[in-house]
Amino acid sequence: MTESRSSSPAEYTWPERGHRRLIGKRLSRVDGPAKVSGKATYTYDVHRPGMLYGKILRSPYAHARIKSIDTSRAERMPGVKAVHIIQGPGTEIFWAGDEIVAVAAVDEPTAEDAIRSIRVEYEILPHLVIDTDPQRAGDMAKPTAEEIVGDPDAAFRQAEVVVEGVYGLPVITHCCLESHGLVAEWEDEENLLVHISTQAVSSIPNQMARPLGIPAGNIRVKMDHIGGGFGSKFSPDRWGIVAARLSKLAGGRPVKIMLERDAELMVAGARPSAYGRIKVGAKKDGTLLAWESTSWGTGGMGGGGRPPLPYIFEIPNQRKQHTAIMNHMGSARAWRAPNHPQACLLTMAALEDLAAELEMDPLDLFLKNIELTGRRAEIYRQELQIAADLIGWKTHWHPRGDQSHGPMKRGLGLAIHTWGGRGHASNCDLTIHPDGSVEIKLASQDLGTGTRTGITIVAAETLGLPMDRIKVMIGDSRYPASGPSGGSTTIGGVSSATRRAALDALDQLFAKVAPALNARPEDLEAVQGRIRVKGDPGRSMSWEQACATLGGMPLTVRGRNPGPGNLTSSGVGGVQMADVSVDVETGVVRINKMVAVQDCGLIIDMKTAESQCYGAMIMGIGYALYEEKIMDQLTGRMLNPNMEFYKLAGLGDVGELIVHMMTGPGYDERGVIGLGEPPVISPGAAISNAVANAIGVRVPFLPLTPDRVLEALHKKGGHHATH
Amino acid sequence: MRDRRPSDERAASLSRREFLKISGLSLSLPVVTDFRVMRVAGAEVKIFGPGKVPVTLNINGKAYTAHLEPRVTLLEALREEFHLTGAKRVCDRGTCGACTVLMDGKPVYSCSVLAIDAQGRSITTVEGLMKDGRLHPIQQAFIDNDAQQCGFCTPGFVVACKAFLDKNPHPTPEDVRKGLGGNFCRCGTYMGIRAAVLQAAHMQKGGASHD
Repeated sequence: MTESRSSSPAEYTWPERGHRRLIGKRLSRVDGPAKVSGKATYTYDVHRPGMLYGKILRSPYAHARIKSIDTSRAERMPGVKAVHIIQGPGTEIFWAGDEIVAVAAVDEPTAEDAIRSIRVEYEILPHLVIDTDPQRAGDMAKPTAEEIVGDPDAAFRQAEVVVEGVYGLPVITHCCLESHGLVAEWEDEENLLVHISTQAVSSIPNQMARPLGIPAGNIRVKMDHIGGGFGSKFSPDRWGIVAARLSKLAGGRPVKIMLERDAELMVAGARPSAYGRIKVGAKKDGTLLAWESTSWGTGGMGGGGRPPLPYIFEIPNQRKQHTAIMNHMGSARAWRAPNHPQACLLTMAALEDLAAELEMDPLDLFLKNIELTGRRAEIYRQELQIAADLIGWKTHWHPRGDQSHGPMKRGLGLAIHTWGGRGHASNCDLTIHPDGSVEIKLASQDLGTGTRTGITIVAAETLGLPMDRIKVMIGDSRYPASGPSGGSTTIGGVSSATRRAALDALDQLFAKVAPALNARPEDLEAVQGRIRVKGDPGRSMSWEQACATLGGMPLTVRGRNPGPGNLTSSGVGGVQMADVSVDVETGVVRINKMVAVQDCGLIIDMKTAESQCYGAMIMGIGYALYEEKIMDQLTGRMLNPNMEFYKLAGLGDVGELIVHMMTGPGYDERGVIGLGEPPVISPGAAISNAVANAIGVRVPFLPLTPDRVLEALHKKGGHHATH
Repeated sequence: MRDRRPSDERAASLSRREFLKISGLSLSLPVVTDFRVMRVAGAEVKIFGPGKVPVTLNINGKAYTAHLEPRVTLLEALREEFHLTGAKRVCDRGTCGACTVLMDGKPVYSCSVLAIDAQGRSITTVEGLMKDGRLHPIQQAFIDNDAQQCGFCTPGFVVACKAFLDKNPHPTPEDVRKGLGGNFCRCGTYMGIRAAVLQAAHMQKGGASHD
């Protein structure tokens, strides 16, 4: 069959509003039943015949050189099947928790005993695990050249008001509930099967091929479900290669390595810190004139990212300088919306402080300067107004410092954010079987965002079938390649590829059945499980009858993204507002309410889209109030590599949350845009601003823990009415 | 843990010093295949291990047996020996609730219960909540309210919610906020969970009780 609509790219479009049966509706995720019943299989749940358990000995020192390693006792231990030295004598270690030796044994207790029996001598070297002061980093501080936009000196002279402040947020961890890990097994001398918890099914084989010395095509990667990634699971990691080596040493037996919780928090995920001394100059009416920032942060030995400052508001005159601090805190990984939450806090806090200095409502300050946000100005304007209504801004906002009596001070804060989110490269194979069943295969992954559900909705919508007629098969590198799930790129990529495949498949099916309906293929449509003539629904046949015309051969169509038609695009805007109460006697911050107003182009599934926003706000409350990778200056180790002291927000901590998704004209026609990152950007800034509004002083650094709140109040001085 | 048998009651009342003494003793014992009874501070105490001992657990109404080292937790036994992987290992030290199961109807962190101590108890895991292929109302409510994203905390939350509703059949939203603080979710599904609990309570009130 060669009939295809690809001759006319304009035909690859999303259905118009009013013609969407499923797209944009509130639909339950298709793998919900598997997840609530415990049947969903995660990498951690994979149990292979003859499987061995791998464990890793880690460096207790943040900076050291390995002098000697003695594994002899482990090697003699009954039940130990393989011992592998990962980093040998002479190697310099750059963070506590780095991998030294791995063992594989018949069960976990034996593997743990074996690890305990290994003796390693280190030469301890000086370490640096502080990131709040670039001065103390010495030559580990890597300053970049100063960057100038416009004429900042003249603009600051012209400014009627100038505010200056220091703001920052520390290194936090990903804390995926399913830790990093895998099961690796050699099916024969040349072929490796890997079950791995990954955000990148399609790209794991290539990453493992070179270190293992086999072609990528010999490595098969599988994953049904993943227990969280958030940007930390794109690589097989060193322990992934190690598991394959241990398996080889053990004659190919499967070796499972899942990181223990402390290792997960120490080495398997960290968001770079960011701090900045920010100066903003404006006219008395709030017009922004000048920006100056001296920023710094760390991402371990890699130095970390550089927040895009000033964030969103393109202030016409800028002076910017950033210093990356290399230190021994451990490597950074991409964390949901890399660099944006940092930039958002540093910018929005400075702007809110400016508004306070001007005795201006920050909402008015933002609206006054909204044109500086560029092409999304109108989106932000709409969103700010909706968010203000939903949180009752006009009623509850007050000038900085809640003047009411009593220790509980209430305040409101806001922030805005942006992200790209264009669909990534993706293939998919859509097969229509002669019995009418439909399956779609692609080597993508569902991080819990609803990827399976989105693919199902698009295929069902396009083919005019109910969702339960579509079988989506993902999580196997043998399926057509699909991009990694990072940067909010998945839904745009997989939905566009699926749409193209389904439209092409339908065209081929129409060509087959058109003669029987005495119609031209282009006059047919697929609706409610039938193929019928447009405008003449009486001339129709059932989906099954139509598919039966395929004869003995299923119809398989490859869908691709990018491809013809504008099915995905880039660039979204979002606004969040927070309503908090702060107890000025204890320093405890409570979230009363938060509102997220979010744009993401055409929404495929409203229910899971809203879940992304709720979840992002909750994750944001976590890093605003609780989360911090706390380093011990003396030993160089993380002090809280556990879930008691690396505290996530709990069900009772998050207040009332409201999500409003922007839809309709101005939004839908931009196509499908990802949503994983944007709503996690603003919470830290919005909550910090709300706390400043409540207590009358800026708490400079996140998380806004009671000690930091009380310290800020103390520095502000004065007596706080508590009667 | 109120329904302890008498022998356990005595074991539980041992002082830390006495416990350490016993631990020291047990380490020097030869490998045994079952527990031994010793008199310590005037009480009879079962000594297990250090080798594997036969363990029988009643899980979801079925008997499961295995030979386990005494240090093996209920969670490890469920997951590694019996391949009941609904309960998840996350924090592995009684903080996050992902491993929640019911023991004699009460929620416990199975990472913090030894398998040998779970013998003689009625254990219900998330796998045991479905009846005749039908989802429990809590499970259906989780789906309806999208109380899950990656789903790794979900089984623990589902079991915790079941226990919570068994104890609080008519909860207020405030009860829910306070009563479900023993489980953590990283994706941030709490809004869905709150709604799911209230929906399930409403359904059970309406006579659609599952068990």
